[in-house]
Amino acid sequence: MKLLKLFFIIFIIFSLNHLKANNENIKNDITKNLRCLTCQGQSVYDSDSEFANSIKILVKKKLNEGLSKKQIYKFFKDKYGEWILYETELNKNTYILWLLPILIFLIGGAIVFKNFIFKK
Amino acid sequence: MKNKLSSILITFAFVFVFVLFYKGLKNTNIYTPEKKINNVVPLFTVDLFSTGKKVNSIELFSAEKFYLLNIWSSWCVPCRQEHPLLMYLSKNKIVEIIGLNYKDKKINAQSFLDELGNPYKNIIFDKEGIYAIEWGAYGVPETYLIHNGVIIKKYIGPLNEELIKEIKSLIK
Repeated sequence: MKLLKLFFIIFIIFSLNHLKANNENIKNDITKNLRCLTCQGQSVYDSDSEFANSIKILVKKKLNEGLSKKQIYKFFKDKYGEWILYETELNKNTYILWLLPILIFLIGGAIVFKNFIFKK
Repeated sequence: MKNKLSSILITFAFVFVFVLFYKGLKNTNIYTPEKKINNVVPLFTVDLFSTGKKVNSIELFSAEKFYLLNIWSSWCVPCRQEHPLLMYLSKNKIVEIIGLNYKDKKINAQSFLDELGNPYKNIIFDKEGIYAIEWGAYGVPETYLIHNGVIIKKYIGPLNEELIKEIKSLIK
Protein backbone atom coordinates (compact mmCIF):
# COMPACT_ATOMS: atom_id res chain seq x y z
CA MET A 1 0.00 0.00 0.00
CA LYS A 2 2.82 2.36 0.93
CA LEU A 3 4.53 1.57 -2.32
CA LEU A 4 1.35 2.32 -4.21
CA LYS A 5 1.06 5.71 -2.49
CA LEU A 6 4.65 6.54 -3.29
CA PHE A 7 4.14 5.53 -6.88
CA PHE A 8 1.02 7.68 -7.06
CA ILE A 9 2.85 10.74 -5.68
CA ILE A 10 5.73 10.31 -8.11
CA PHE A 11 3.26 9.91 -10.95
CA ILE A 12 1.50 13.18 -10.06
CA ILE A 13 4.76 15.10 -9.75
CA PHE A 14 5.91 13.88 -13.13
CA SER A 15 2.64 14.63 -14.86
CA LEU A 16 2.54 18.14 -13.37
CA ASN A 17 6.05 18.70 -14.55
CA HIS A 18 5.06 17.63 -18.02
CA LEU A 19 2.07 19.98 -18.02
CA LYS A 20 4.27 22.92 -17.13
CA ALA A 21 6.87 22.01 -19.72
CA ASN A 22 4.11 21.78 -22.29
CA ASN A 23 2.94 25.33 -21.53
CA GLU A 24 6.53 26.50 -21.79
CA ASN A 25 6.83 24.87 -25.23
CA ILE A 26 3.70 26.60 -26.47
CA LYS A 27 5.01 29.89 -25.11
CA ASN A 28 8.27 29.40 -27.01
CA ASP A 29 6.36 28.50 -30.18
CA ILE A 30 4.29 31.66 -29.94
CA THR A 31 7.17 33.99 -29.13
CA LYS A 32 9.21 32.57 -32.03
CA ASN A 33 6.41 33.61 -34.39
CA LEU A 34 6.17 37.15 -32.96
CA ARG A 35 8.34 39.87 -34.44
CA CYS A 36 10.16 42.12 -31.98
CA LEU A 37 9.14 45.63 -33.04
CA THR A 38 11.97 47.49 -31.34
CA CYS A 39 14.80 45.23 -32.49
CA GLN A 40 15.00 44.52 -36.18
CA GLY A 41 15.33 41.04 -37.57
CA GLN A 42 14.74 39.28 -34.28
CA SER A 43 11.81 37.36 -32.93
CA VAL A 44 10.48 38.07 -29.48
CA TYR A 45 11.94 34.71 -28.43
CA ASP A 46 15.45 35.69 -29.53
CA SER A 47 15.37 39.22 -28.22
CA ASP A 48 16.17 40.46 -24.75
CA SER A 49 14.81 43.99 -25.20
CA GLU A 50 12.38 45.57 -22.74
CA PHE A 51 9.54 45.23 -25.23
CA ALA A 52 10.25 41.56 -25.97
CA ASN A 53 10.55 40.67 -22.29
CA SER A 54 7.18 42.26 -21.55
CA ILE A 55 5.61 40.31 -24.39
CA LYS A 56 7.08 37.07 -23.05
CA ILE A 57 5.53 37.77 -19.65
CA LEU A 58 2.19 38.63 -21.23
CA VAL A 59 2.13 35.49 -23.41
CA LYS A 60 2.79 33.37 -20.32
CA LYS A 61 0.00 35.18 -18.46
CA LYS A 62 -2.45 34.69 -21.32
CA LEU A 63 -1.59 30.97 -21.53
CA ASN A 64 -2.21 30.61 -17.80
CA GLU A 65 -5.55 32.34 -18.28
CA GLY A 66 -6.40 29.52 -20.69
CA LEU A 67 -6.24 31.37 -24.00
CA SER A 68 -5.41 29.33 -27.09
CA LYS A 69 -2.55 30.00 -29.50
CA LYS A 70 -4.96 31.43 -32.04
CA GLN A 71 -6.54 33.79 -29.51
CA ILE A 72 -3.13 35.07 -28.43
CA TYR A 73 -2.10 35.73 -32.04
CA LYS A 74 -5.35 37.57 -32.58
CA PHE A 75 -4.71 39.67 -29.47
CA PHE A 76 -1.32 40.82 -30.74
CA LYS A 77 -2.62 41.32 -34.28
CA ASP A 78 -5.35 43.61 -32.96
CA LYS A 79 -2.85 45.64 -30.96
CA TYR A 80 0.03 45.97 -33.42
CA GLY A 81 -1.21 44.96 -36.85
CA GLU A 82 -0.40 41.87 -38.88
CA TRP A 83 3.29 42.79 -39.18
CA ILE A 84 3.94 41.39 -35.70
CA LEU A 85 3.26 37.84 -36.93
CA TYR A 86 6.04 36.17 -38.92
CA GLU A 87 3.61 33.73 -40.47
CA THR A 88 1.05 35.86 -42.23
CA GLU A 89 -2.50 34.65 -42.47
CA LEU A 90 -4.28 33.84 -45.72
CA ASN A 91 -6.58 36.74 -46.53
CA LYS A 92 -7.32 39.00 -49.47
CA ASN A 93 -4.11 40.99 -48.96
CA THR A 94 -1.88 37.93 -48.85
CA TYR A 95 -3.37 35.76 -51.63
CA ILE A 96 -0.50 36.66 -53.97
CA LEU A 97 2.09 35.93 -51.31
CA TRP A 98 0.74 32.46 -50.60
CA LEU A 99 -0.40 31.45 -54.08
CA LEU A 100 2.40 32.86 -56.26
CA PRO A 101 4.98 30.17 -55.34
CA ILE A 102 2.46 27.45 -56.17
CA LEU A 103 1.61 29.19 -59.43
CA ILE A 104 5.30 29.56 -60.38
CA PHE A 105 5.87 25.92 -59.50
CA LEU A 106 2.99 24.85 -61.73
CA ILE A 107 4.11 27.04 -64.64
CA GLY A 108 7.69 25.82 -64.27
CA GLY A 109 6.45 22.24 -64.16
CA ALA A 110 4.41 22.84 -67.30
CA ILE A 111 7.45 24.27 -69.12
CA VAL A 112 9.62 21.35 -68.08
CA PHE A 113 6.93 18.90 -69.07
CA LYS A 114 6.34 20.54 -72.45
CA ASN A 115 9.98 20.98 -73.42
CA PHE A 116 11.61 17.86 -72.10
CA ILE A 117 9.05 15.16 -71.67
CA PHE A 118 6.37 15.88 -74.23
CA LYS A 119 8.97 16.58 -76.94
CA LYS A 120 10.11 12.96 -76.95
CA MET B 1 11.26 38.08 -84.70
CA LYS B 2 10.67 35.75 -81.80
CA ASN B 3 14.27 36.21 -80.64
CA LYS B 4 14.01 39.97 -80.76
CA LEU B 5 10.81 39.94 -78.76
CA SER B 6 12.27 37.71 -76.06
CA SER B 7 15.41 39.85 -75.74
CA ILE B 8 13.25 42.96 -75.35
CA LEU B 9 11.18 41.18 -72.74
CA ILE B 10 14.25 40.04 -70.81
CA THR B 11 15.80 43.53 -70.89
CA PHE B 12 12.52 45.01 -69.70
CA ALA B 13 12.30 42.50 -66.87
CA PHE B 14 15.88 43.28 -65.76
CA VAL B 15 15.28 47.01 -65.80
CA PHE B 16 12.04 46.57 -63.87
CA VAL B 17 13.69 44.43 -61.18
CA PHE B 18 16.65 46.83 -60.96
CA VAL B 19 14.42 49.86 -60.48
CA LEU B 20 12.30 48.01 -57.92
CA PHE B 21 15.31 46.96 -55.84
CA TYR B 22 17.01 50.33 -56.20
CA LYS B 23 13.93 52.08 -54.88
CA GLY B 24 13.71 49.50 -52.09
CA LEU B 25 17.21 50.47 -50.92
CA LYS B 26 15.92 53.85 -49.88
CA ASN B 27 12.88 52.56 -48.01
CA THR B 28 13.14 52.65 -44.29
CA ASN B 29 13.00 49.24 -42.69
CA ILE B 30 12.05 50.51 -39.28
CA TYR B 31 8.48 49.59 -38.63
CA THR B 32 6.09 51.66 -36.60
CA PRO B 33 2.90 49.88 -35.64
CA GLU B 34 -0.24 50.86 -37.48
CA LYS B 35 -1.79 53.76 -35.67
CA LYS B 36 -4.94 51.95 -34.75
CA ILE B 37 -7.31 54.61 -33.60
CA ASN B 38 -11.00 54.62 -32.79
CA ASN B 39 -10.39 51.63 -30.60
CA VAL B 40 -12.11 51.42 -27.26
CA VAL B 41 -10.06 51.70 -24.10
CA PRO B 42 -8.69 48.23 -23.30
CA LEU B 43 -10.31 46.56 -20.33
CA PHE B 44 -8.09 45.14 -17.60
CA THR B 45 -7.28 45.55 -13.92
CA VAL B 46 -4.40 47.84 -13.10
CA ASP B 47 -2.36 48.76 -10.03
CA LEU B 48 -2.44 52.38 -9.00
CA PHE B 49 0.90 54.03 -8.33
CA SER B 50 -0.05 56.05 -5.26
CA THR B 51 -2.15 53.59 -3.30
CA GLY B 52 -1.30 50.24 -4.83
CA LYS B 53 -5.04 49.66 -5.14
CA LYS B 54 -6.35 47.56 -8.02
CA VAL B 55 -8.88 49.26 -10.26
CA ASN B 56 -10.49 48.56 -13.58
CA SER B 57 -8.86 50.46 -16.45
CA ILE B 58 -12.22 51.61 -17.76
CA GLU B 59 -13.06 53.33 -14.45
CA LEU B 60 -10.18 55.73 -14.97
CA PHE B 61 -11.69 56.99 -18.22
CA SER B 62 -15.34 56.71 -17.27
CA ALA B 63 -16.53 60.31 -17.52
CA GLU B 64 -17.75 61.67 -20.84
CA LYS B 65 -14.83 63.99 -21.43
CA PHE B 66 -11.35 64.12 -22.90
CA TYR B 67 -8.44 62.31 -21.26
CA LEU B 68 -4.80 62.07 -22.10
CA LEU B 69 -2.99 58.85 -21.31
CA ASN B 70 0.74 59.42 -21.12
CA ILE B 71 3.22 56.54 -20.91
CA TRP B 72 6.35 57.68 -19.10
CA SER B 73 9.30 56.50 -17.11
CA SER B 74 11.96 58.10 -14.95
CA TRP B 75 14.75 56.54 -17.04
CA CYS B 76 13.36 57.91 -20.29
CA VAL B 77 15.10 61.09 -21.47
CA PRO B 78 12.44 62.29 -23.96
CA CYS B 79 9.88 62.05 -21.12
CA ARG B 80 11.85 64.75 -19.30
CA GLN B 81 11.60 66.95 -22.40
CA GLU B 82 7.84 66.70 -22.72
CA HIS B 83 7.10 66.93 -19.00
CA PRO B 84 6.82 70.76 -18.85
CA LEU B 85 4.17 70.57 -21.59
CA LEU B 86 2.17 68.06 -19.57
CA MET B 87 2.51 70.33 -16.53
CA TYR B 88 1.18 73.20 -18.61
CA LEU B 89 -1.84 71.15 -19.73
CA SER B 90 -2.74 70.08 -16.21
CA LYS B 91 -2.07 73.46 -14.54
CA ASN B 92 -4.39 75.25 -16.96
CA LYS B 93 -6.93 72.42 -16.62
CA ILE B 94 -7.04 71.89 -20.36
CA VAL B 95 -7.29 68.13 -20.15
CA GLU B 96 -7.13 65.46 -17.46
CA ILE B 97 -3.97 63.39 -17.71
CA ILE B 98 -3.61 59.78 -16.61
CA GLY B 99 -0.06 58.51 -16.41
CA LEU B 100 1.25 55.02 -17.07
CA ASN B 101 4.55 54.47 -15.33
CA TYR B 102 6.42 52.02 -17.57
CA LYS B 103 8.97 49.52 -16.17
CA ASP B 104 10.20 51.79 -13.44
CA LYS B 105 11.22 51.69 -9.80
CA LYS B 106 8.77 53.41 -7.50
CA ILE B 107 11.48 55.44 -5.74
CA ASN B 108 12.90 56.73 -9.01
CA ALA B 109 9.47 57.55 -10.38
CA GLN B 110 8.57 59.42 -7.20
CA SER B 111 11.75 61.50 -7.25
CA PHE B 112 11.11 62.28 -10.94
CA LEU B 113 7.69 63.66 -9.99
CA ASP B 114 9.07 65.51 -6.95
CA GLU B 115 11.64 67.18 -9.16
CA LEU B 116 9.50 68.08 -12.18
CA GLY B 117 5.99 68.15 -10.74
CA ASN B 118 3.06 65.79 -11.00
CA PRO B 119 0.62 66.53 -13.84
CA TYR B 120 -1.23 63.23 -13.50
CA LYS B 121 -4.62 62.74 -11.90
CA ASN B 122 -3.95 59.03 -11.56
CA ILE B 123 -0.95 56.92 -12.36
CA ILE B 124 -1.07 53.30 -13.44
CA PHE B 125 1.96 51.41 -12.15
CA ASP B 126 3.20 49.04 -14.84
CA LYS B 127 6.21 47.27 -13.41
CA GLU B 128 6.37 44.50 -16.02
CA GLY B 129 5.38 46.58 -19.04
CA ILE B 130 2.32 44.43 -19.78
CA TYR B 131 -0.34 47.13 -19.45
CA ALA B 132 1.48 49.20 -22.06
CA ILE B 133 1.11 46.25 -24.45
CA GLU B 134 -2.63 46.17 -23.79
CA TRP B 135 -2.63 49.74 -25.12
CA GLY B 136 -0.63 48.71 -28.17
CA ALA B 137 2.39 50.75 -27.11
CA TYR B 138 5.94 49.67 -27.80
CA GLY B 139 8.06 52.20 -26.02
CA VAL B 140 8.17 55.39 -24.02
CA PRO B 141 6.94 58.07 -24.32
CA GLU B 142 3.59 57.57 -26.00
CA THR B 143 0.44 59.60 -25.56
CA TYR B 144 -3.18 58.76 -26.32
CA LEU B 145 -6.10 61.14 -26.58
CA ILE B 146 -9.28 59.54 -25.33
CA HIS B 147 -12.86 60.73 -25.64
CA ASN B 148 -15.92 58.86 -24.34
CA GLY B 149 -13.85 55.74 -23.78
CA VAL B 150 -12.52 55.69 -27.35
CA ILE B 151 -8.90 56.34 -28.38
CA ILE B 152 -9.13 59.09 -30.97
CA LYS B 153 -5.47 59.97 -31.41
CA LYS B 154 -2.14 58.34 -30.71
CA TYR B 155 1.23 60.11 -30.52
CA ILE B 156 4.43 58.06 -30.60
CA GLY B 157 7.44 59.87 -29.13
CA PRO B 158 7.59 63.03 -27.03
CA LEU B 159 4.96 65.75 -27.34
CA ASN B 160 5.98 69.16 -28.63
CA GLU B 161 4.41 72.63 -28.88
CA GLU B 162 2.78 71.84 -32.21
CA LEU B 163 1.18 68.65 -30.98
CA ILE B 164 -0.09 70.48 -27.89
CA LYS B 165 -1.75 72.99 -30.25
CA GLU B 166 -3.29 70.08 -32.16
CA ILE B 167 -4.57 68.50 -28.95
CA LYS B 168 -6.07 71.81 -27.87
CA SER B 169 -7.87 72.24 -31.18
CA LEU B 170 -9.19 68.66 -31.01
CA ILE B 171 -10.56 69.21 -27.53
CA LYS B 172 -12.46 72.37 -28.43
